Amino acid sequence: MAQFSETQMTEFNRLVARYPEGKQKSALLPVLHLAQESFGGWLSSETMDYVAELLKIEPIEVYEVATFYSMYNLKPVGKYMFEVCQTGPCMLRGSDDIIGYIGQTLGIKPGETTTDGMFTLKTVECLGACGYAPMMQLGKNYREHLTKEKVDSIIEECRRNAAANN
Amino acid sequence: MKLLLEKDHVEGIRYYDTYRREGGYRSVEKALKTMSPEAIVEEVKKSGLRGRGGAGFPTGMKWSFIAKPEGVPRHLVCNADESEPGTFKDRYLMEFIPHLLIEGLIVSSFALGSNATYIYIRGEYAWIVDILEQAITEAKNNGWLGKNILGTGFDCEIYVQRGAGAYICGEETALIESLEGKRGNPRIKPPFPAIKGVWDRPTVVNNVETLAAVVPIINMGGEEYAKIGVGKSTGTKLISACGNLNKPGVYEIDMTISVEEFIYSDKYCGGIPNGKKLKACIPGGSSVPILPANLLLKTAKGEQRMMNYESLSDGGFATGSMMGSGGFIVLDEDQCVVRHTLTLARFYRHESCGQCSPCREGTGWMEKILHNIEYGKGKMTDVDLLWDIQRKIEGNTICPLGDAAAWPVAAAIRHFRDEFEWHILNPEESQK
Ligand SMILES: NC(=O)C1=CN([C@@H]2O[C@H](COP(=O)(O)OP(=O)(O)OC[C@H]3O[C@@H](n4cnc5c(N)ncnc54)[C@H](O)[C@@H]3O)[C@@H](O)[C@H]2O)C=CC1
Ligand SMILES: Cc1cc2nc3c(=O)[nH]c(=O)nc-3n(C[C@H](O)[C@H](O)[C@H](O)COP(=O)(O)O)c2cc1C
Ligand code: SF4
Ligand code: FES
Repeated sequence: MAQFSETQMTEFNRLVARYPEGKQKSALLPVLHLAQESFGGWLSSETMDYVAELLKIEPIEVYEVATFYSMYNLKPVGKYMFEVCQTGPCMLRGSDDIIGYIGQTLGIKPGETTTDGMFTLKTVECLGACGYAPMMQLGKNYREHLTKEKVDSIIEECRRNAAANN
Repeated sequence: MKLLLEKDHVEGIRYYDTYRREGGYRSVEKALKTMSPEAIVEEVKKSGLRGRGGAGFPTGMKWSFIAKPEGVPRHLVCNADESEPGTFKDRYLMEFIPHLLIEGLIVSSFALGSNATYIYIRGEYAWIVDILEQAITEAKNNGWLGKNILGTGFDCEIYVQRGAGAYICGEETALIESLEGKRGNPRIKPPFPAIKGVWDRPTVVNNVETLAAVVPIINMGGEEYAKIGVGKSTGTKLISACGNLNKPGVYEIDMTISVEEFIYSDKYCGGIPNGKKLKACIPGGSSVPILPANLLLKTAKGEQRMMNYESLSDGGFATGSMMGSGGFIVLDEDQCVVRHTLTLARFYRHESCGQCSPCREGTGWMEKILHNIEYGKGKMTDVDLLWDIQRKIEGNTICPLGDAAAWPVAAAIRHFRDEFEWHILNPEESQK
């Protein structure tokens, strides 16, 4: 059973306290982010039911929201997700080549995860970094002005971090 | 002339001590101690400030529309959803001078009577949430937020709420739905949020840059602010420049410079890489019309086109464009307008909330047809079909996302029809 730890519960309570009495549903988006971070990077139906129970709303209200927003993962994803922007301004700066290169290097197509569960490649739409294109989101941060060399070193960095955490 | 980014390069300006030492929070002292809420609204009206989120609605007027029913709380909501392709100015402001936004929010909250103010920020800007929350904590520790601010009896808290990836949540009523923990489906306007907004309470939604501009307006006075710029384009404007430029980035301009100066001068974008020629530009974010170089630099009347609201829209949609969100996208001579338009069509199809059939279905069809044309499978009749589809979306939907999807396609066909036809006539030379 999914269950928030004590620190996660403190964060949950901080989020809910921002809204007026009885409007705790307003905390749904931030709480889903918290749940996704806490339970393996994606939202299972069990997790969503748990969030519904905590916020005293119907499970369907959680599913509705989780399926609407692109940042919630409804399936397991790799340990490192490369979310590469493919919209116009990034395309003008060569994002297609970067997407192709990552795919070729990792042996996956956009939307796929490597068999070792390490990397997911995802194409996304404009992330507000158009002046620093091409770019991708990796976890909480952006990696900008991408080149093939930079991509190689990011992959290397992820592998190193994963090895260090094992 | 810089009012917002004057101090962006001062070391440590992101943190309270430096920001305060550089003159920060003076506008809060002035406003809360010496002005009434009505007087602040009056100053903002005099400044001529227009909403920097893209619609350009006069901010002071919007503030004066807020309903004040007895006993009902009111809210200020800062729109930091910034998702219009080509737009990254709000991010810059929040990332590098977060206290400017917090300062503007305190003054504006006081003017509107908001004791709980929310910043709704796009979910991907996750690290900026930390920067803002730190700035809020610092402001609170120094007595600018919380209970009884500066002994005036005014209470105010600012909360940051993260979105989760949905362009439509930048539309103010979708944003309000999202803030209430729902899908971002826009509401029908009117009623405007100023009458009925979050939790059915009167709400003002303003863009990040709009709220930051309140700081210089209070410091210098509305009349002085209005002297900067030209005509109804008062004050300064942040422009985020991207695409094929030597120096893409965020620039603060006063709206008296020409488009040509903005692109070519070393003070701004520094021209186009590798000495290439300018082909086209979308001057105000992906939803405004694209212009070919000749119409970008000069209006149809042959006048120099300037970087302000009036000049950019001179000629209407036939020969002009719009200031929009200030997202300035430049295409050099080697770029393909069809391909660029295809990426935008895909963007709008992806972001349509799906409530209205013209938008939901039309964006899908436009992407499909553009895809066929770009990949050498188009027919001559497709160009007229595209034109027809965009016409059927425009004006027939709940929110302007439908229009925003239609306009780029319409303008691309209007000005670059030959390029679409070339793809259709030369399928093997088109992209595989
Ligand atoms: N910054 C960005 O990332 C993006 C910006 N946009 C811009 O958004 C614009 C469209 O925005 P909308 O909010 O739909 O425009 P709008 O014209 O309906 O409203 C503009 C503002 O004025 C207020 N307002 C207008 N009439 C009012 C009245 N009678 N009483 C009270 N308040 C009133 C609205 O509540 C809103 O805050 C487009 O022009 C586009 O440029 C679009 C997409 C993304
Ligand atoms: C599809 C769509 C997306 C929008 N996205 C944003 C946005 O990201 N940021 C923003 O400030 N305004 C956005 N707007 C405009 C808002 O609805 C609203 O006009 C604005 O926040 C009002 O603030 P302002 O008067 O300070 O410009 C969007 C409008 C539409 C139709
Ligand atoms: S126009 Fe599109 S995005 Fe706007 S409400 Fe209709 S379907 Fe949703
Ligand atoms: S187009 Fe890629 S970040 Fe904006």
